[in-house]
Amino acid sequence: MSEQNEKTQPKESAADSSAEGSPPGAALKEAEGRLHHALRELSQTSWVISLLAVVVALAVGGLLIIAAHPQVQSTASYFFARPADFFTTSFQVVRDAYSSLFRGAVYDWQAPTLQRSIRPITETLVYAVPLILAGLGIAIGFRSGMLNIGGQGQIILGVTFAGFIGYAMDLPVGAHLLLALMGGILGGAIWGGIAGVLKARTGANEVIVTIMLNNIALYLLAWLLRQQWFVQTGSNQPQSSPVEESARLFTLFGAGFRLHAGIILAIAATFFVWWLMERSTLGFELRAIGENPDAARTAGVNVAKATALVLIIGGALCGLGGAAHLLGTEYRITAGIAGTIGFDAITVALLGRSKPLGTFLAGVLFGGLKAGGVLMQAQTGTPIDIVLVLQSVIVLLIAAPPLVRAIFFLPRPDGRSRSRRRREKQAEEVAA
Amino acid sequence: MKRSFKTSGALAATAAAALILSACGEAPDEAPETDESALAAEEVDFKACVVSDDGGWNDQSFNQSAYAGLMNADEEFGIDHAEVESHSEDQFGPNVDSMVQQGCDLVFGVGFLLADAISEAAAANPETTFALIDEWVPEELENAKPLVFNTSEAAYLAGYVAAAVSETDVVGTWGGLQIPSVTVFMDGFADGVDRYNSDNDGDVELVGWDKDAQSGSFSGGFQDQNAGRTLTEQLLAQDADVIMPVAGASGVGAGPAIEEAEAKMIWVDSDGYESTEYGNIILTSVLKQITQATFDTIEEGVNGNFTAEPYVGTLENDGVGLAPFHDFEDEVPDEVKEKVEELREEIISGETVVESVNAP
Repeated sequence: MSEQNEKTQPKESAADSSAEGSPPGAALKEAEGRLHHALRELSQTSWVISLLAVVVALAVGGLLIIAAHPQVQSTASYFFARPADFFTTSFQVVRDAYSSLFRGAVYDWQAPTLQRSIRPITETLVYAVPLILAGLGIAIGFRSGMLNIGGQGQIILGVTFAGFIGYAMDLPVGAHLLLALMGGILGGAIWGGIAGVLKARTGANEVIVTIMLNNIALYLLAWLLRQQWFVQTGSNQPQSSPVEESARLFTLFGAGFRLHAGIILAIAATFFVWWLMERSTLGFELRAIGENPDAARTAGVNVAKATALVLIIGGALCGLGGAAHLLGTEYRITAGIAGTIGFDAITVALLGRSKPLGTFLAGVLFGGLKAGGVLMQAQTGTPIDIVLVLQSVIVLLIAAPPLVRAIFFLPRPDGRSRSRRRREKQAEEVAA
Repeated sequence: MKRSFKTSGALAATAAAALILSACGEAPDEAPETDESALAAEEVDFKACVVSDDGGWNDQSFNQSAYAGLMNADEEFGIDHAEVESHSEDQFGPNVDSMVQQGCDLVFGVGFLLADAISEAAAANPETTFALIDEWVPEELENAKPLVFNTSEAAYLAGYVAAAVSETDVVGTWGGLQIPSVTVFMDGFADGVDRYNSDNDGDVELVGWDKDAQSGSFSGGFQDQNAGRTLTEQLLAQDADVIMPVAGASGVGAGPAIEEAEAKMIWVDSDGYESTEYGNIILTSVLKQITQATFDTIEEGVNGNFTAEPYVGTLENDGVGLAPFHDFEDEVPDEVKEKVEELREEIISGETVVESVNAP
C-alpha cells in the first residue's frame, strides 16, 4: 500500500525530492502527475475547440496542397506578371482536392450509378469501425487518468486470436463468429491486462509498458506468421489463411458494399462505454481515480483493482476493434494488418474528448479522411500524405487549446482576458 | 491579443518576401499546356495504372521499379496513367477499386500483399486487365497476369563470383524480411557458393543464411539503413569480404560499413553501380527486370495482345541477370568470367537446376 501512496501523490513526492535530494524515479513520478493534469484538462476542453481544430487543419492542408502542386508552382513563378493565374489555379486545386475528398467519403455525385454514389459513406463507416472501437478503449483510459499507448499491440493480439479461431476452427455459422469475436476481446484484454496489472502491482508507468508491449506484439506476430501451424497456408509468404465464411462479419447491404456488422458492434460499444462511465458504479470509480486518485482512495475505491480494470477493459475494446477489422474486411492476418489504427485511435479519443459520442464521431471523421484520401489521391494526384498532415495538425491543436483560442480570438474558458489577468498579476505582485 | 497580431504580421512579411523572391518570372503565352497532353493521350487510348504496397514509390525496390516501367511506357507510347500509393494494408482493395472506377485499362498491383485485392478485382471486372508483380494469381482468371522472377538463377551466378573473388573464404548475405521474394535471392546465392566449392575443391563459407534450415539474418524491414549497417558490420566481423544485402533501401546502410572495411558489395534488383552511390565497392548486381516486365506488359496492352499468360523472369528471357562488373572488370579473373558464362548456359539449358523452395 505504501508504494501505492507514493505513486499517486506526485506533487508531494516532487516536493520531497527537492527538499532532501532526489530519490530515484521522482522525475518520472512528477511527469506522471503532469500527465494526469493534462489528461484531465483535455477531457474538459470544449467541443468548439475540436471543431475549430478540424477547420484549421483543413486550412493548413489546403496550403500544403497548393505548395505541392506543380501547376501552382509554375504560376507562382510569374506571380507578378499575372497574379490572377496563381489565385485561380490555387483555388481550383484546393477545391478539386477537397471535393474529391468529400466525394470519396460521403456522397459521390459523379459516380455512374446510384449504388456507387452512396457507397463512399459506407466506406467511411468501414474504416471507422476499428477506429471507433479502439478509440473507445483508449478513451476509457484517458477518463481514468491513464495514457494507454498500447492500442496497437492490443489490436494485434485481438487480430491474432480472432483470426486463428476464424480459420483454424470449424464451427457452425453464428457460433464461429461469436467465438472469434470473443477471442479478439480476450486477446486485447490479456495484452491490456499485462500493463494494467504491472501498473497496479508495481506502479510501473503505463506509457512505457504499453509502448514496449506494442513492439512485443509486433514481433510476436511476425514470428507467428512464419510458423506453418499458425498460418496454415502451405506457402512461405508471411500471411495466414483467410478466415472461414462462417466467422466473417456479414455485410449489411449486400454485394457492392463492404459495410459489415462491425458498425453495429461499434454503436453497441459506444452505448456500453457511455453506460459504463456515466451510469455504473465501476465507471464512477474509474472517473474518480482519473480526477483524483487520493480522494478516490479516501472514498473507499480500490485503486489498484480499478487501475488494472481500466487497461483490461480498454484492451478488450481495442482487441474487439482488431477482430472487427479482420473479420469484417481483411480476412487474412499479415504483418501490417494493424496499420496505424492503434495510434490513430489515440487521436480519435483525443479529438472526441474521451467521451463516447465524441469518440464515435471522431472515428467517423477519421474514417472519412481515410476513405476520401483514396479517391483524392487516385483522381487528383494529391499525395495521400495530406491526410496524415490533417490528422497530425488536429492532434497538435487539440493538445494546445490556447493556440486555437488565439487563432480565433476566443475568450479563455474562465472568462478572463489576458490583459486583465496580467493586471491582476501585477496587482498581486505590488501587494506582495 | 496584441501579440498575436504582431506574430501574424511577421509571418505575412516572411511569406511576402518568399513570394517576391520567387515570383518575378515571365508569364507564359495564353495557350494552355493541357491541350498538348490531351493530344498525346489521344494518340493511344490506353490507361495504365499502378497501386503500390505500403513501401511507396521511393522504396529503391520493386515499387520504384514498377513506377519507372510505367513512366517509360508513358514516354514511349504517350499513354494515360495514374498511380496511387497505399499507406496501409486496408487501402489495397479500395485503391485497386478506385483505379478500376477511373477507367484504367490495365491495373498493376505491386507486391504479394496485393494478391487478394487484384484477384478479387479481376474476378469482379472482366473488362479490365490486371497484372500482379511478385506473386501468382489464380489461373482461372483470364484477365490477370502474374509477373514473377526466378532470381535464384541470377543469384547463383553472383554466389559463384563472390566465392571466387573472396580472399577470406567467407561471404555473406542478409535480407530485409524473411519472405520468398527475398529469400529466393539468398537460396540462389548459397547454391552458387556451394557450386564454387564443389568445382574448385574450395572451402568458402556463407554467413547470414542457412539454406537448409531456411534461417538467417534479417534487418526487419526495407527502410531502416542503420539496422542494415549493424547487420553488415556483424557479417564483416565474421570475416566476410563479399556481402549481398537483399533489402531495398535498408541495404544502402551496408555501403558505408563495407567501404570502411574495404570489402565488396553485391547489389540486387537494379544495377547498383548506377542506382546507388557505392559504385566503387559494388562487385556486380543481381538484376530483376521489373521495370522492363512492367513496360512489356503495358506494351502488350497497348497493342491489344494482353494475355494472362504468366511471365516468369529467368536467365533465358533476360528477366533476371547479372550486371557488368564495372570497376572490378580487371579484378575478376578471366576464367571466372568464362565459368559464369558457362553456368549461365547450363542453367538456361536445364543442365543445372537452381532449386529453391522460395522460387516462383
